[in-house]
Amino acid sequence: MLFWRDRADLWTLITPPTVWAIHFMVCYGIAAVECAKSGMQSDLFVTQVAISVATVVALALIGMSGLFGYRHWGVGSELPPYDAPTSEQREQFLGVCILLVSCLSFVGVVFVALPPVFITDCR
Amino acid sequence: MTMEHAADEAADLERQQVQEDRLRRVWETPSGWRYWSAVNNSEVGVWYTATSFFFFLFAGVLALIVRAQLAVPDNDLVTAPFYNQLFTLHGTMMMFLFAVPIFEAVAILILPQMLAARDLPFPRLSAFGYWCFLIGGVFVAGSIFFSSAPDGGWFMYPPLTTNPETSGIGADIWLLGLSFIEVASIAAAVELIVGVLKCRPPGMRINLIPLYCWYVLIVAGMILFAFPPLIAGDILFEMERLFDWPFFNPERGGDPILWQHLFWIFGHPEVYIIFLPSIALLAMMVPTFAQRPIVGYGWIVLAAVGTGFLSFGLWAHHMFTTGLPAISLGFFSAASEAVAIPTGVQIFVFVATMLAGRVVFSIPMLYASGALAIFVFGGLTGVMVALAPFDWQAHDTHFVVAHLHYTLIGGMFFPLVAGVYYFYPFLMGHMLSERLGKWAFWLMFSGFNIAFLPMHFTGLRGMPRRVFTYPEGLGFDWLNMVSTVGAFIMAAGVLVFVWDVVRPFSWKPKAPRNPWNAGTLEWVAGNPSEPWGIRSVPIITTRYPLWDQKDLIRNIDEGRYFLPDAEEEKRETLITGVLDAEPIQVLRLPGNSFLPMWAAIFVGGSFIAATFHWWIPTILSGVIGIFVIMAWLWTGTSMIPEKPDKDAGRGKHLPLYASGPRSVGWWAMFITMVGDATAFASLVFAYFFYWTIHPDFPPPDAKGPGVFLPLLSAALTLGAWICMLLARHRNAIGNSGQGLFLLCASAALAAASGAALLAAPWLTGLAPTTDVYDATVWVLVLWTVVHVAVGILMQFYCIARSLAGKLTPEHDIDLQNVTLYWHFGAITVVVTALVIALFPLVA
Repeated sequence: MLFWRDRADLWTLITPPTVWAIHFMVCYGIAAVECAKSGMQSDLFVTQVAISVATVVALALIGMSGLFGYRHWGVGSELPPYDAPTSEQREQFLGVCILLVSCLSFVGVVFVALPPVFITDCR
Repeated sequence: MTMEHAADEAADLERQQVQEDRLRRVWETPSGWRYWSAVNNSEVGVWYTATSFFFFLFAGVLALIVRAQLAVPDNDLVTAPFYNQLFTLHGTMMMFLFAVPIFEAVAILILPQMLAARDLPFPRLSAFGYWCFLIGGVFVAGSIFFSSAPDGGWFMYPPLTTNPETSGIGADIWLLGLSFIEVASIAAAVELIVGVLKCRPPGMRINLIPLYCWYVLIVAGMILFAFPPLIAGDILFEMERLFDWPFFNPERGGDPILWQHLFWIFGHPEVYIIFLPSIALLAMMVPTFAQRPIVGYGWIVLAAVGTGFLSFGLWAHHMFTTGLPAISLGFFSAASEAVAIPTGVQIFVFVATMLAGRVVFSIPMLYASGALAIFVFGGLTGVMVALAPFDWQAHDTHFVVAHLHYTLIGGMFFPLVAGVYYFYPFLMGHMLSERLGKWAFWLMFSGFNIAFLPMHFTGLRGMPRRVFTYPEGLGFDWLNMVSTVGAFIMAAGVLVFVWDVVRPFSWKPKAPRNPWNAGTLEWVAGNPSEPWGIRSVPIITTRYPLWDQKDLIRNIDEGRYFLPDAEEEKRETLITGVLDAEPIQVLRLPGNSFLPMWAAIFVGGSFIAATFHWWIPTILSGVIGIFVIMAWLWTGTSMIPEKPDKDAGRGKHLPLYASGPRSVGWWAMFITMVGDATAFASLVFAYFFYWTIHPDFPPPDAKGPGVFLPLLSAALTLGAWICMLLARHRNAIGNSGQGLFLLCASAALAAASGAALLAAPWLTGLAPTTDVYDATVWVLVLWTVVHVAVGILMQFYCIARSLAGKLTPEHDIDLQNVTLYWHFGAITVVVTALVIALFPLVA
């Protein structure tokens, strides 16, 4: 599967931000549809529940990606900059990049999940 | 012993001489009028850069006229309509004809050198992109001399621009001219992605590639997802203008906000498409002048990937005042704040690198520091306007004008000038003047700040954008005068810079090889440079090979690495693996040709004729363009080599031909189709957008398109797709006859599918001018049918290739690529059918 592979590559590198992008689209889409269909006074309950679920799923997937990156980083064995021409260092390099990108995506998902916490109707 | 040694050396020298002569012959730049048939990256890159810089100067002059008009209250230097054309064309040209193309230009110019590749994998595609850009650019820019330039602002908001009677021909020139240029951008994206992933020197693993390449990869990927929504929007827009299909007309169910969505889904990532490549230039310069490797290579990768993705979640922050629900604004505001994280990371990386090294003071670094200062300021006002309540106050005022110029000039223009000073010796073999460089910098830097800093205050005092004049005494007067003076000071700086670049070579000192003592491969280029790009393709084991790999340059020059020769007198470059850059193929590259130029002339002619509603020339020019492209493909792509493999040097035998996912062409098709699918997804988005804004969509009295015909079409397409898969398989196992038969069957099924799909809205009487529902169904159907038609054309091309003996069981690039096209084609038909046939039942 995409989130757990034997080898890190460019696809696994872009997996966490892709999860962020899908989460973003889901949040935006659900809120837009509910506000458009139930009127500006809608209490956004459906949106809040749906976004909570989507956020938990997204954070779990990103967390898994991050863990995957962490494993490939093989922390402790060698320190950066991972610029040796070997498969191990390439793997460590990709691992650390995936971990960093996962952290950013995690923060990004939390940011995007915050509006429904504070905004409770469509006005 | 000594005599033997001397004899060996003499033989080695002779070998080198012979190889060099052959390489020189093969890669020779054509002379005389044939010069314009060149497709090599060093020529096309220079034309591209020079042309986009010319457009920059042109658009800059427009800005100066704007500033002169605004210098004093109640000024009448230009009329209001002409002023509208000036600012519209200024923004349009700076964005579409300068900022994006210059990225492609610079990348085409320096990327192959940085990767020690002889050229990018599709040189004729680069040339085609350039000619498209030139033709479209001249067409758009030239319109101002006929007072028919677009005048609705660079983002062309409807309904101001959708009525042909009030907006004139300018909007058509904008839509069609720029759509045509967008084709060039996507072509460049394909070229650059495949270039970075597959054309690296052996050993340059993914953890060793120059940072510039990371940025190019990300930015080219962003182009694939950012430009297609605009192309989709252009299609809707032009259908409304030409044929009165009411996509943005609320009277018949349309909505102007849809255009804003599609435009800004393009427009905001575009800001980062402009910004990242320029920051990438800094990422190359900072280590050179700090004389040490970058601190935090992985953090730069994080910043590039992170910014690339997050920048797609910002588009509605340009639409905070359109009345979207507060919660929607919240999402975009949150993402807009989040993107500051990766943007800031790269700035810290640069600062850390400079602190950790001993910075050599130089003109490029002067511009780099100016860039960072200006950009950080613009970034901070960006955080301000990303907050919706602040934006409600500042929206459409000069505060926003100031903000965007701080980000673009700090984030793009200054790094680019730094790049010109940095790379000029490598490109032209001469050094630019330090004295003029300082003059230009201080004039530009101070002029810029004098011009744009006061604009924050003019904006906060309430001066709106895009007004051609203002009355006295509102508090704008002296601020505007200061801005105008600053603009002219900055222009003086630009002039000094231009003079430095164009003054005769004999006045400039000759550059030594690698004058800045940089560590990356582009500085291998000698002086005078040779047409072959790199003498032999080295094995790379470090991030900064010129610093860390001993004798590298000498061994490259003596042809001790890969591809030191061109025995068969053909242009070749090395193809390597994506992750570990192990050599996998010697790619034969097509040579110089006028065909890309002719293809651009005819395809461009078709777009230009459509602007003036000359329908017969439009169709004729388009058809000729398609035939020229076919001729180009027939004579220059998937050629069967005279032998299966060759010695690539150092005893390594590599194949000369690869098909399917192992070939670069397959990846080009895949990447193109991803962009194509994004445009299609944008049209589907339009369908659902209308569903959300209407209580009933489809409207209760809608009669079509029915269920049977669309589903029949989907079934027929699936049949066509299965036939394609079988054709590929039968051909691969040696049964070309059955392969041909299946190709014919597939084409017949596809034709039937297209006919069924067209018949659905036609027979149910959907009239696209009456209601947006009808128009949306029609536009989806037309998009899909055009794709089916192109697919059939490709199938006939394969049949012809097979009959001509150019497509065989072992040499099946064309068939593989067309099958890949049909994967996407089948998805397009099935999605269209399901949406238009089944969604009305659910809704």
